[in-house]
Amino acid sequence: MKLLAPLVAAVLALPVPALCADLRTAVLRVDYPVMAPISRFDEIPPDMGFAGAQLALEDNRTTGSFLGHSYELETVAVPPAEAEAALDRILGEGIETVVVLADDADLLKLADRAGPGVLILNASARATRLRSLDCRANVLHVTPSTSMLADAAVQFAAWKKWDRLFLIRGSHPADRELADAYRRAAARFGVRIVEEREFEDTGGSRRTDTGHVLVQRQLPVFTEGARSHDAVIAADASDVFAPYLPYHLWDPRPVIGSAGLRPVTFDAAHEAWGATQFQRRFEELTRRHVREEDYDTWLALRVLGEAVTRTGSADAGEIRGYVLSDQFELAAFKGQKVTFRPWNGQLRQPILLFDGRITASVSPQEGFLHQNSPLDTLGLDAPESQCDAF
Amino acid sequence: MRRLLLTAALAALAGPALANKVFVSNERGNTVTVIDSDSWEVIAEFPAGNRPRGITISPDGRHVYVCASDDNLVRVFDAETYEELPSLPSGPDPELFVLHPDGNPLYIANEDDNLVTVTDVETRQVLAEVPVGVEPEGMGISPDARFVVNTSETTNMAHFIDTSDYQIKHNVLVDQRPRYAQYSADGTKLFVTAEIGGTVSVIAIDDDGKPDLVHKISFEVPGVLPEWLQPVGARITSDGKWLFVALGPANRVAVVDAESYEVKDYIMVGQRVWQMDFTPDEKFLITTNGNSNDVTVIDVAAQKALRSIQVGQQPWGVVVQPDM
Repeated sequence: MKLLAPLVAAVLALPVPALCADLRTAVLRVDYPVMAPISRFDEIPPDMGFAGAQLALEDNRTTGSFLGHSYELETVAVPPAEAEAALDRILGEGIETVVVLADDADLLKLADRAGPGVLILNASARATRLRSLDCRANVLHVTPSTSMLADAAVQFAAWKKWDRLFLIRGSHPADRELADAYRRAAARFGVRIVEEREFEDTGGSRRTDTGHVLVQRQLPVFTEGARSHDAVIAADASDVFAPYLPYHLWDPRPVIGSAGLRPVTFDAAHEAWGATQFQRRFEELTRRHVREEDYDTWLALRVLGEAVTRTGSADAGEIRGYVLSDQFELAAFKGQKVTFRPWNGQLRQPILLFDGRITASVSPQEGFLHQNSPLDTLGLDAPESQCDAF
Repeated sequence: MRRLLLTAALAALAGPALANKVFVSNERGNTVTVIDSDSWEVIAEFPAGNRPRGITISPDGRHVYVCASDDNLVRVFDAETYEELPSLPSGPDPELFVLHPDGNPLYIANEDDNLVTVTDVETRQVLAEVPVGVEPEGMGISPDARFVVNTSETTNMAHFIDTSDYQIKHNVLVDQRPRYAQYSADGTKLFVTAEIGGTVSVIAIDDDGKPDLVHKISFEVPGVLPEWLQPVGARITSDGKWLFVALGPANRVAVVDAESYEVKDYIMVGQRVWQMDFTPDEKFLITTNGNSNDVTVIDVAAQKALRSIQVGQQPWGVVVQPDM
């Protein structure tokens, strides 16, 4: 009883309705066998995504401490074959909100398995079709779609008046999808793709002692004789060739897309709009630089935290209703509030253009207007999305 | 000495327009620029440590305090000679602070550490560390000094810290990224700006200092995207009639009727307008414009911008010396 008294006093002092919400969330990460990245800078840390989740947990708990809200987090990493069993275990514990880091096919599989009472937050699957024909009512996409990223890159090219693009795409299905997204973006923003070539993945060595020697000889030849162009746009979703393109082209041109100037959700050099504080808090916690997966996971958990803060409820259905309403808004270190598109559950957000060292620009670009929000010039707008689950 | 006397005599001759020094912190330039409020000329610029942001001055006008954010301390300068005096401990990454109306202590927001640090400016001792929400930034103090208000940018709250026991007594949820907290001179209202939310929350304060959120002011400028109307700094005239709100990347200062909460006008200033301060007679309001590296002087009665003055790189905060 002695212990209770100060607690009650503290709760009474709050002018906000102090409901004792307790949000339990899991982050489920599916780990796929991958080749070593072309650049050592891109090596995957063991706590990828989870680190962002940990920071968000601390942020949510600090805010929750003033409101009597508590937050619990569970992180699970599994190989693809065990993903469904892991989800079952999580749901069996009564957890209703799950942040998923998985590929497109697995995300869909997990969402269907979870069913309507569960809210899935997608923090890594980028296929545009998951926001269209393959959308699901129980999935909110925090990570941007491939088409949002493609639109962000091509909009920049249009702003620069780089009207003629040379598209170089890889031979994998994901590369073709990315190339499709660039073509769509080019048509939308009045840019022409004047030349297109496929860089076939022949499975050769990537990071060898003599790699750069071969690259230096082969790439100029590969890019020789292309129709006159202002920039090269690379569609290399599989990290096979794009990083080699800058400086090795036949015609010296800027590279955008999968190398050179890349559209990203976040980068570790980003400082504008208070992001320095985010970087410092993240680095102090993890002793490394932030990755897109960390940011997307942080943001997913902040979406949930903000909903609990404003509604006083940790119920998945109430959270979903609130974040899809026009009441919801969230600051995300991107200079303007981020909100959800009610037609497909995609988070509207600016896309950063990162050159490897600094945020060189941010899309949407100036002058690309929209009747609702300039952010809706990126990705599937309401009339374009074929999603009817919402 | 003779020159000083002469200057004093000339100032007296010039009539009632007493000149005050205007101190501007330059976040990227790592300096403080000093402007004369009579001639509006830059009279000095001195080094102020790494990443100077928040800036204030003692009530007697003798000591200038600067949050040297990247040095993790508050630097102190003599307002007359610009000589650096012993620094004050601030806790990590001090961004903004507010001085007790009597001149002591100093209440400092530590952006990286979710703390408000209370520092005695005479003994240079930390008196208390108060845990607050994520990314504390704005700092305001009630005119009776009973409450210090801190805004936390990621938690989105105004925290009311009792200055007698350093306990948080009230929390008010406001809109996204609250930046600044400003009490009216009579202490009955508190205005909290929200940069990303695009609003100013009006909080009524009762006799016990208890807050009640009563209104939200929003902004609209034809031809400017609503996303760029980002309220940051705010100042209210001492008669409680006019609230001025700096709108960041919209490059405008909003003029708000502080009784009806109607926005009456928008004054064009420099780029990315951030913080503001009045001259003691409230004839002029000076705004820092971070991206155009200048300050704008606003005629308060006419509600017009008079002139802009180049200062150092990325001006952030501004404080005007009180009448001496």
